[in-house]
Amino acid sequence: MREVAIVSFAQAPNVRDAGAKNEVELLMPVAHAALERAGLTLQEIGFTCSGSSDYLAGAPFSFVMAIDALGAWPPISESHVEMDGAWALYEAWVKIQHGAADSALVYGFGKSSSGEIRDVLSLQLDPYYVAPLWPDSISLAALQARALLESSRYSEKDLAEVAVRSRRNARSNPNAQLAGDVDPAALLAEPYLVSPLRKHDCPPISDGVAAVVLAAGDLARRICQRPAWIRGIDHRIEPHSLGVRDLTRSPSTELAAEKAGVQQGPIDLAELHAPFTHQELILRDALGLRDDVELNPSGGALAANPVMVAGLTRIGEAASRISAGSAQRAVAHATSGPCLQQNLVCVLEGE
Amino acid sequence: MEDPIQDITTPIRLDYQYTAGSATAKFLRGLKQGRLLGQRCPKCAKVIVPARGACARCGVATEEEVEVADRGTVTTFCVVHIPVPGSEIKPPFVCATIQLDGADIGCFHLVSEVSPDEVRAGMRVQAVWKPREEWDHTFENIRYFKPTGEPDAELEDTRGTGHA
Amino acid sequence: MGELCGVVGIGQTKYAAKRGDLSIAGVVREAAIRALEDAELEWKDIDAVVIGKAPDMFEGVMMPELYLADALGAVGKPMLRVHTAGSVGGSTSIVAASLIQAGIHDRVLTVAFEKQSDSNAMWALSSKQPFSPHINAGAGGYFAPLIRTYIRRSQAPDHIGMLVAFKDRLNALKNPYAHLHIEDISMQKIEDSFMLWAPIRYLESCPSSDGACAMVLAREALAKDAPRPPAWVLGTAMRTEPTMFAGREEVNPQAGKDCAADVYRQAGIENPRRDIDVAEVYVPFSWFEPMWMENLGFAEDGEGWKMTDEGETALDGDMPINPSGGVLSSNPIGASGMIRFAEAALQVRGMAGEHQIDGARVALGHAYGGGSQYFSMWIVSSEQP
Repeated sequence: MREVAIVSFAQAPNVRDAGAKNEVELLMPVAHAALERAGLTLQEIGFTCSGSSDYLAGAPFSFVMAIDALGAWPPISESHVEMDGAWALYEAWVKIQHGAADSALVYGFGKSSSGEIRDVLSLQLDPYYVAPLWPDSISLAALQARALLESSRYSEKDLAEVAVRSRRNARSNPNAQLAGDVDPAALLAEPYLVSPLRKHDCPPISDGVAAVVLAAGDLARRICQRPAWIRGIDHRIEPHSLGVRDLTRSPSTELAAEKAGVQQGPIDLAELHAPFTHQELILRDALGLRDDVELNPSGGALAANPVMVAGLTRIGEAASRISAGSAQRAVAHATSGPCLQQNLVCVLEGE
Repeated sequence: MEDPIQDITTPIRLDYQYTAGSATAKFLRGLKQGRLLGQRCPKCAKVIVPARGACARCGVATEEEVEVADRGTVTTFCVVHIPVPGSEIKPPFVCATIQLDGADIGCFHLVSEVSPDEVRAGMRVQAVWKPREEWDHTFENIRYFKPTGEPDAELEDTRGTGHA
Repeated sequence: MGELCGVVGIGQTKYAAKRGDLSIAGVVREAAIRALEDAELEWKDIDAVVIGKAPDMFEGVMMPELYLADALGAVGKPMLRVHTAGSVGGSTSIVAASLIQAGIHDRVLTVAFEKQSDSNAMWALSSKQPFSPHINAGAGGYFAPLIRTYIRRSQAPDHIGMLVAFKDRLNALKNPYAHLHIEDISMQKIEDSFMLWAPIRYLESCPSSDGACAMVLAREALAKDAPRPPAWVLGTAMRTEPTMFAGREEVNPQAGKDCAADVYRQAGIENPRRDIDVAEVYVPFSWFEPMWMENLGFAEDGEGWKMTDEGETALDGDMPINPSGGVLSSNPIGASGMIRFAEAALQVRGMAGEHQIDGARVALGHAYGGGSQYFSMWIVSSEQP
């Protein structure tokens, strides 16, 4: 296996509504920043890969225009997944492993503000039996939260505390959308949004963009003083039907973590893509994280949740803390699908 | 037992709000005033119409506004014989790439007031606008382009045939 | 570079305007099961699944890998979904191959599909885009002007497009999976067919099809042990250029040329016309055949049409193009690229049945998409490098 590292990371400030800016305008400064921080031009990059969704944008082939932000001339080696940018990162990592490239630019983008994201995500569901009922993403998450509370492993107070921690951590993240000091009792006094979830248990709606540059071996060392090495990366998917899954656990995260080698060393820091408070608890258990692990120092997806980007951002946030020297070994996670159906786990380490 | 169900119809309706982006917004505002606005790339100096906020070739933001003429040259075209779903335009009609005078790239629009057999690359055309009071933020303020009658332009062997 | 990848199983559905007999899961399984049977493997032998398809609006299902995980035996496995517009079937094959080539998995199942009768492909391709005048009448409306430019530059005679359509539709009669089997196809029938976007007539255009194509890819040692001869992947490449910019050459795009040059270099091909025995090339509208002959370096600029005219691209010609009937005969949009890649593999495995090119040892699979801006290609061979 080749040594591959994240050598730079850039993101746009996550906002409720990016207003008049379209995806190209949002992406251009972020892609350029990631390249500049890596000291590479697009022509020097071996492979480009992105993640985004047509149904998020409300248009077919919506990823095509993003190329205009890059300057893809002469032509570039490039691909796209209709998934969170974390899976684009995986594809790029594979390309470098194959030896077909020594570096890669990866980006994810999405404006959740364009449509009614709650309802758009209903289209991810079985089109014959489930989607026609239009169970929106918050209601499905609430089903899962209910199952978790009924298992007696956690209480509504535990959920509120996840939200409190997220907002407190987000205070030091200039790109976060929701940040501040909140009192758990005050949160618990709020009415339910979709029982048992309250507003604070749910992610904000966010427009966002993130980009990462990967590099192999000595190239990574030349670019970056302290590259964040990808020591392991794996992803797994569970059955689609919610009825056949134990929604209080995340077996695909457990398996991906095992394959990625999470437990092969101490973990200082974890960035988990948990758009709902109860999901952070499920994921923490699935990854076997101890209480002394710094959890979502960026604020996580509860502080900013640009769909198709938030998973890639978790990886970028963890990597940048390793590069800054504030962590030595981190786990980053991304999720896709209803109630954590598919999960990606990445282990990052400083030299 | 009745016949088994073979298929179901599941209507999907989703409402979206689209963002033009700053450059397209400028282009559309220009159209409301009867002006055609492009942008010049700071790197390659080409004028892009409609303004898109980026030069795709150079990958840089474009800001310098350049107004172009509402007449230009057909670089290529086709004759469409099937109706466009949801549109009132009646086939056969001519869709063409038109490089407006002052622009370095073509844009896509209709050509009319000429028999489709007579349309050719190099033909000089002029915009036919709707009445001013009907103008809105849309390229459809121009109904179509019609021949000017000028002699055909020399094409740079069809470089710049990019569509809008 | 890396582990050698072999194609050990190929499966296709019968392509049709509407596969009303199957759900979306049923369509992908029909192809996947056939690929597994060809490889004499079971679901449990597969380590990862890579699927690809065109815009989700074609079926109304967002991110269908989530719904299809169970149907494709992917539970507990890694699963990816690629989307690169029309070239997606090709890119998907390449992503799947790279998982083998990088030494990450032993066996990968890859499936590309479209069940576009479930939604409305014409609508999805030409829905009113905000902020643009609504004059786009489908993909043909976009490509017909490029074709006119080709004809003007090359001075090609008018009948070339029809010749391509005639050849591809004749070839399809020998391919049981093809959607269109027009028994009484003739040049006259093509000429008489309705003109859609001049110069493209109805019978010079691709159909709208439902269907899926699947392949099982394996690493070298496992491929060598496979029950039927593998197709060895000698090279894969993808290239992208922006949709439009001043001076962009759209008829003979640089991205296509660069992609071909890269894949030829990897496969050790110096003279593509001589070294390649057969090619499955993405021709959704007849005139793209001569255009791609030039873009791929099989003919000099302006001369591609002569290959068609002189019968060189026919089944019995010296550079057969699309012996399967091509995209003109079957076009489930998301699958079409993979069908090209798979048909190329079938040729070098000697398993193309009635449309087999005798002695085919090296074959090219080609796909393109978007505004002629996305290209993906692979070279497969009956021989290891």
